[in-house]
Amino acid sequence: MTTYWQREMETLSREKLEKLQWERLKDTIEAAGRSPFYKKRFAENGITAGSIRSLGDLHKIPFTTKDDLRNTYPFGMAAIPLKECVRLHSSSGTTGNPTVVLHSRKDLEEWADQVARCMYMVGLRDTDVFQNTSGYGMFTGGLGFQYGAERLGALTIPAAAGNTKRQIKFIKDFHVTCLHIIPSYAARLAEVMYETGVDPRRDTQLRTICIGAEPHSEEQRKRIEQLLGVKAYNCFGMSEMNGPGVAFECTEQNGLHVWEDYVVVEVIDPETLLPVRDGEVGELVLTTINREAMPLLRYRTRDLTRIIQGDCPCGRTHKRLSRFQGRSDDMIIMKGVNLFPVQIENILMQFNELGNNWLITLETVGNSDEMLIEVELSDLFTDDYSVLQRLAKEITRQLKDELLLTPRIKLVAKGSLPVMEGKAVRVKDLRKLL
Amino acid sequence: MTIHQLSVFLENKYGALCEILALLAEENIRIVAATIADTSEFGIMRIIVDDPQKAYTILKSNNVSANLTDVLAVVTAPPAGSFAQTLTHFTKAGLSIEYMYSFVAGGKAILILRTNNREAAREVIRRQNMEYLCESDLPALFTE
Repeated sequence: MTTYWQREMETLSREKLEKLQWERLKDTIEAAGRSPFYKKRFAENGITAGSIRSLGDLHKIPFTTKDDLRNTYPFGMAAIPLKECVRLHSSSGTTGNPTVVLHSRKDLEEWADQVARCMYMVGLRDTDVFQNTSGYGMFTGGLGFQYGAERLGALTIPAAAGNTKRQIKFIKDFHVTCLHIIPSYAARLAEVMYETGVDPRRDTQLRTICIGAEPHSEEQRKRIEQLLGVKAYNCFGMSEMNGPGVAFECTEQNGLHVWEDYVVVEVIDPETLLPVRDGEVGELVLTTINREAMPLLRYRTRDLTRIIQGDCPCGRTHKRLSRFQGRSDDMIIMKGVNLFPVQIENILMQFNELGNNWLITLETVGNSDEMLIEVELSDLFTDDYSVLQRLAKEITRQLKDELLLTPRIKLVAKGSLPVMEGKAVRVKDLRKLL
Repeated sequence: MTIHQLSVFLENKYGALCEILALLAEENIRIVAATIADTSEFGIMRIIVDDPQKAYTILKSNNVSANLTDVLAVVTAPPAGSFAQTLTHFTKAGLSIEYMYSFVAGGKAILILRTNNREAAREVIRRQNMEYLCESDLPALFTE
């Protein structure tokens, strides 16, 4: 099924693609210079229109980090007047300010095309019925897929997250053929189907699912495919780069094509910050070259991956990224939610009843991933049983508000957790990537 | 009228209780009564010992989460129904029992209780002329 949404662009020769990238990069650098952030940064680093003369000069521009986004909150990265922006997405704050991404009308059009291109690539057509189980609101997996699927012409159901029985009812009643779903939830969905006597092969029209937003192994993909009787395709996106659609697997299921008419790809060693050798694992660094409201130059994604060498049999010329292999920071990806241990710490440290030592354990229970937080009590010990239970409940509630998932809290005796030395290792990841 | 009870936080894990008891045994602390309240995640052990201050210091110096709580110690008479009668006095005074346990020592049946209003509970004990224990009575409980 080698057909394309935008044949010319998807199969452009490398030479032409790189020429296009250079054209777009030049425009992007010029546009970025109109934002308060890059204006200052260019001045500090002596970057002028003339100093970047080719794609190869890109490395002369300093990296942009998530901290830069936080520090310029809310509008310091805007390269066009707010009047010309039509959408704002924001991700939750962890150590301080949240991050903001602005979109112009053209940015949204381009993004919809980008997602449509991905979905068309895995076989979605205007005759399909697509159900999106992403959260909507600020989470870009919601609107990102919604607009992409509508652009493609599929009948699109914004089911949003949760209520598994209702999801299954929609899938059956609306003859849904394609889902966007996080892998751990796909396994859960299949489990509930079988529990309630629904055979996905017999009782549904499901054929394709797009899975992403959390790490998963090849075995997990195969298992989901087997359980649901579908083909599952890995998708990659991040809100800083619009959201879904940045890179997507083709039907070869061997690496994710990263759309190089949208971004310039670099893979660096997170320690030395120099490019890794071709095909080696490193941190993905992306430069937007098709976004006007908020260009990002050399953005450090913190995601670890490598470029797959060689041509893809599907005929697309855009580079392929391997399955993501973790992070170069301590971000935890859990049930599709991105979170940092410091968010948990900030909340725990507000309770006088708690000590300074705590440990997060991520584990797989049945088909679902759970977070256990063990936290030591401080000296202020009460012998009132109900006070301790209320304490555990209150900690759970506050963490749930912050993390958008519900951890299990276990109060433990002082001194019972391993003593942390230096930069504490607070996270034990025992999840099975099944 | 009140004595010190030692409360100890216990993790729900193999051997946790033994570890705590061993610390007290090493220092010759004698235990006359113990009770454990537990959930699936943790427990609280409440004990009456001959020297609460010393026991508390031992646990603290070993980094054990523990505290001393004032509890009422009422002596109940041997005849049938005296336990019920004692509690009825508290109930009639509008008090609720938060927790309670009993033991026999030095030939006496002793009721340890904590109510939702300690002052009112003391008043009930005084008015009803109940026999009670003070901290200074503790060592006597351990003599045969």
